[in-house]
Amino acid sequence: MGNVLRSFNDDTICAIATAMTDAGIGIIRVSGKDAVSICDKLYISGKKERDLIRHKPNTIRYGYIVDGDRIVDEVMISFMKAPHSYTCEDVIEINSHGGMLVMNEVLSLLLKNGCRLAEPGEFTKRAFLNGRIDLTKAEAVMDIIEAQSTFALESSRAQLSGNIYDEVVSLRKDILYQMAYIESALDDPENYDLTGFSSELKSKILPMIDKISKLLTSADEGIIRKDGIKTVIIGKPNAGKSSLLNALSGSDRAIVTDIAGTTRDVIEETVRLDDIVLNLIDTAGIRETEDLIEKIGVDRAKEKIAEADLCLYVLDSTSDIEDIDKDIFKLCEGKKTIVILNKNDLTTAIKISKDILPMLFSGSNNIDFPIITTSLLNREGLDELKRSITDIFFNGEIAPKQEIYITNLRHKKLFEEALDSLKLVVDSIEKDLSEDFYTIDLSNAYSSLGEIIGQEVGDDLVEEIFSKFCMGK
Amino acid sequence: MVEVREKIDVAIVGAGHAGCEAALACSRLGLETYIFTMSADNIAFMPCNPHIGGSSKGHLVREIDALGGEMGKVIDKTFLQSKMLNTSKGPAVHSLRCQADKMEYSKEMKRVLEAQDHLTVKQAEVSELLYEDITDEKLKNQGYERRITGVKIFSGIIYEAKAVILCTGTYLKSRCLTGEAITYSGPNGLQPSNLLSESLLKAGIELRRFKTGTPARMDGKTLDYSKMSEQFGDDPVIPFSFDTDPKDVQRPQVSCWLTYTNEKTHEIIRNNIDRSPIYAGIIEGVGPRYCPSIEDKVVKFPDHERHQVFVEPEGTFTNEMYIDGMSSSLPEDVQIAMYRTVPGLENCRIVKSAYAIEYDCLCPGQLHPTLELKKIYGLFSAGQFNGSSGYEEAAAQGLYAGVNAAMEIFGKEPLSIDRSEGYIGVLVDDLVTKENLEPYRMMTSRAEYRLLLRQDNADLRLRAKGYEVGLISKEKYDALLNKQELIDKEVDRLKNTKVGANPTIQSFLEKNDSTPLKTATSLAELICRPEFNYDNIAEIDPDREELPSAVKEQVEITIRYEGYITRQLRQVEQFKKLEKKLIPADIDYEDVSSLRLEARQKLEKFRPTNIGQASRIGGVNPADITVLVIYLDSLRRGQSNEN
Repeated sequence: MGNVLRSFNDDTICAIATAMTDAGIGIIRVSGKDAVSICDKLYISGKKERDLIRHKPNTIRYGYIVDGDRIVDEVMISFMKAPHSYTCEDVIEINSHGGMLVMNEVLSLLLKNGCRLAEPGEFTKRAFLNGRIDLTKAEAVMDIIEAQSTFALESSRAQLSGNIYDEVVSLRKDILYQMAYIESALDDPENYDLTGFSSELKSKILPMIDKISKLLTSADEGIIRKDGIKTVIIGKPNAGKSSLLNALSGSDRAIVTDIAGTTRDVIEETVRLDDIVLNLIDTAGIRETEDLIEKIGVDRAKEKIAEADLCLYVLDSTSDIEDIDKDIFKLCEGKKTIVILNKNDLTTAIKISKDILPMLFSGSNNIDFPIITTSLLNREGLDELKRSITDIFFNGEIAPKQEIYITNLRHKKLFEEALDSLKLVVDSIEKDLSEDFYTIDLSNAYSSLGEIIGQEVGDDLVEEIFSKFCMGK
Repeated sequence: MVEVREKIDVAIVGAGHAGCEAALACSRLGLETYIFTMSADNIAFMPCNPHIGGSSKGHLVREIDALGGEMGKVIDKTFLQSKMLNTSKGPAVHSLRCQADKMEYSKEMKRVLEAQDHLTVKQAEVSELLYEDITDEKLKNQGYERRITGVKIFSGIIYEAKAVILCTGTYLKSRCLTGEAITYSGPNGLQPSNLLSESLLKAGIELRRFKTGTPARMDGKTLDYSKMSEQFGDDPVIPFSFDTDPKDVQRPQVSCWLTYTNEKTHEIIRNNIDRSPIYAGIIEGVGPRYCPSIEDKVVKFPDHERHQVFVEPEGTFTNEMYIDGMSSSLPEDVQIAMYRTVPGLENCRIVKSAYAIEYDCLCPGQLHPTLELKKIYGLFSAGQFNGSSGYEEAAAQGLYAGVNAAMEIFGKEPLSIDRSEGYIGVLVDDLVTKENLEPYRMMTSRAEYRLLLRQDNADLRLRAKGYEVGLISKEKYDALLNKQELIDKEVDRLKNTKVGANPTIQSFLEKNDSTPLKTATSLAELICRPEFNYDNIAEIDPDREELPSAVKEQVEITIRYEGYITRQLRQVEQFKKLEKKLIPADIDYEDVSSLRLEARQKLEKFRPTNIGQASRIGGVNPADITVLVIYLDSLRRGQSNEN
């Protein structure tokens, strides 16, 4: 039992807080009630004194990490006293020289002297448990760490400053008021009148539905801006799919050959067109095939199309449209698709042009697509591709235009639940059911929103979130 | 005096609504039971309003009946008027309410007690609890410090008992206040019990002071009913008890009368508010917010021009009328002036003045969810002594405590009803989990899952539990199972019976102003249309068998509100997840270092049995619960690591 108790916030934890690479500087963070006394065992000041205990909080000092008499590293050390620290506990940060070898040595010294290695996300978990941050903020921390683009960073920062939190709190307050009124009226009909209440309630709920819907519209854009657009590249064998991937990623990641069918595996790669993140999936050439291995590749490609946000359909402008092209096109129906007419450098051999393409596909429903021409081997046409993607996903705006974006799938799901519940309330009102029915869905909406900010105890929610945190934060 | 020691199984202290149910439950389960009362002629006395049931309280009566209690059966025999309330609202808030003939109710309950084997009614004041220190290690680890061994009555006779159930109502050190006039008596001038409180305090039980009040009773012949509007009962009457034959309750009913206060009434009250013992600070007890006195209403709703006043008969043995809605503790001269401003009461003569009553009761945070004292093994408590108000709340707790005392004696699992299973569960959980600073009254808003906890399905919800503990016979239980089967089969049949868009159906729909069908649809879908119900689609459902009306009612509710019921069931699933996360009985909250101080104190005080219960304690917020969940999780992981 003793061990268990120590493992619950009672012990002092440490971890390397910066990236696990050989960088110029690395930070090792220590948090817990013994942070000072443990560090005192391995730190001496520039004047070679063990005086960490007298170290003034919130200042930074120069000194050495020592193992016995041996100097391990030259460091800057800072001390933040509870509760004025990230975790609300005593926190010490050791700024070392950043070599992996050195940092690991400092870390193992800390462990030897009574620290425990922090679990993923444990520093933030403690900040949350000690009441310093709410759940949305904790999630934002994780997002900032993982931010891949400027937008992701901006939106995480906005979330950290409480944007979503404020919105949810205000929605919940309004819902609670309505529930409380209904309950009061049921218990005390003499003093709380429900005449005309349902139409009044409806007029209060509709703007909430509107607000959440807008937030959710932002969610698709927000999540795509933050996490990237899942992009699938499709086309007949040897149309130039691998060339497109290489042009985008700027390296010869996939093998480019002239032999049809060389790319057999689905390759995933993240590339950036300025601030647009594309999560690229190259696919095996899509065609009827007897080759078993290739068949597996094709099937997986079909699956990938199903889960993609965007299809880049590469057509060889020097070959004729075949039935298989039309079949491939069918796979993209209902998906956001951009047709890339490739190999336009081989001007003499062009058989399909931008103008006649829609006619070649007549019979397909999905002909309202942008068509761009490229010469991928020469990396020409990428700007046009970027413009086209921006048009499709962000209404042509590269810079985010809304103040609040939902950028977290968990939030999105809960907002959707809340939205459904509120719609059910309106449905009950329209069906002329009595007021006592409204509270079922009102309370569901209230709970879903509460889960977003951790004001409602969801099942295993906390563990789920914190297990995603990276070490050290 | 020679010491007399009687050996019995269970001693019930008090023969009010809680005591009667507790005594009947124990004796029916075969335990030798004594029920002690200050007055054997006032058993199941109704010192306040003359009705049983009402919003949410009617649910409790149905649940008591489903579990094998007596209240519903007695009121079915003795009501003067019966009415299903809130029928314009959904089935969740329909509630049955009966005007009782007070004397007949009391007499009938006494007859039942006297006829019961293993049960003895004893008129005596219990003056002392008898107990010993716990030596059993297992019980010690569960937190018990003492074990009850019996009670002593004022004459000195000792009754050795395995369990004692305190149902002292408003009688402990009670005093009644009418303005400046204070009498040291129980309700209606009955003798108070002044000795037991000391013994309870000595046993380490924490007591507090509550107050409640009652309006005046008036001489019926001095009232002018022509100025009031007559309130009739239902026709036909629906019985309270699931075992009462509906034919037996169709009888002539007595009317009630509705009138209103007015500005003049309120002015008199406002001008004399300083003479109210509460506003003058004479009463220290806390009164019920939800059953307010007329002076409270006038203060709380200053802009309301009038308040309802129901004038109700006290019984057929008297012409006294109960003035519902105008309870008061103002001095008698103010009362006379105030009542006489109300239309119909201009010439009223008051038989019994309104008064407030103050009494000792328990802080129920000291109770296990079984209603046993956490520190005294074998000592249970129920009813107004636990800080509730109302006959039905008392009876429900009495039954619950009685059954659990018996289960403990038998070494069986306790009867447990959670918030998703019954209003009784809500009542008990609220009492033992929340800090109630005023007498606790049952209300529909307190039940989160009320669409499932309807008065019409109390038998389907709880009979099985009644059967399991032994209060419901095999025969009745089989009848219940049969009813459930009929419901399920009929719901199934209606869902699977399709009617096509043929001329017969279309003309039937047209006749009933209903939209014609485009494709075939099930009968169940038709019942969901607002213009239809189970009965009025009989014409297009020739294959149906004639079913009892109680079955038809369930079928219709199940089909019509299916979506809502399903969503509420999902809420219950969530609720149960947290209820299943148990907190070890020996947890030390000092070890949970990141808990806020307030949360730690509250958790230490109530010592909840599971996370769900912990989350309902006032002053414990969701972040604290998260901390607790993670702590328990780390305990669990730590233990599995050690193994």
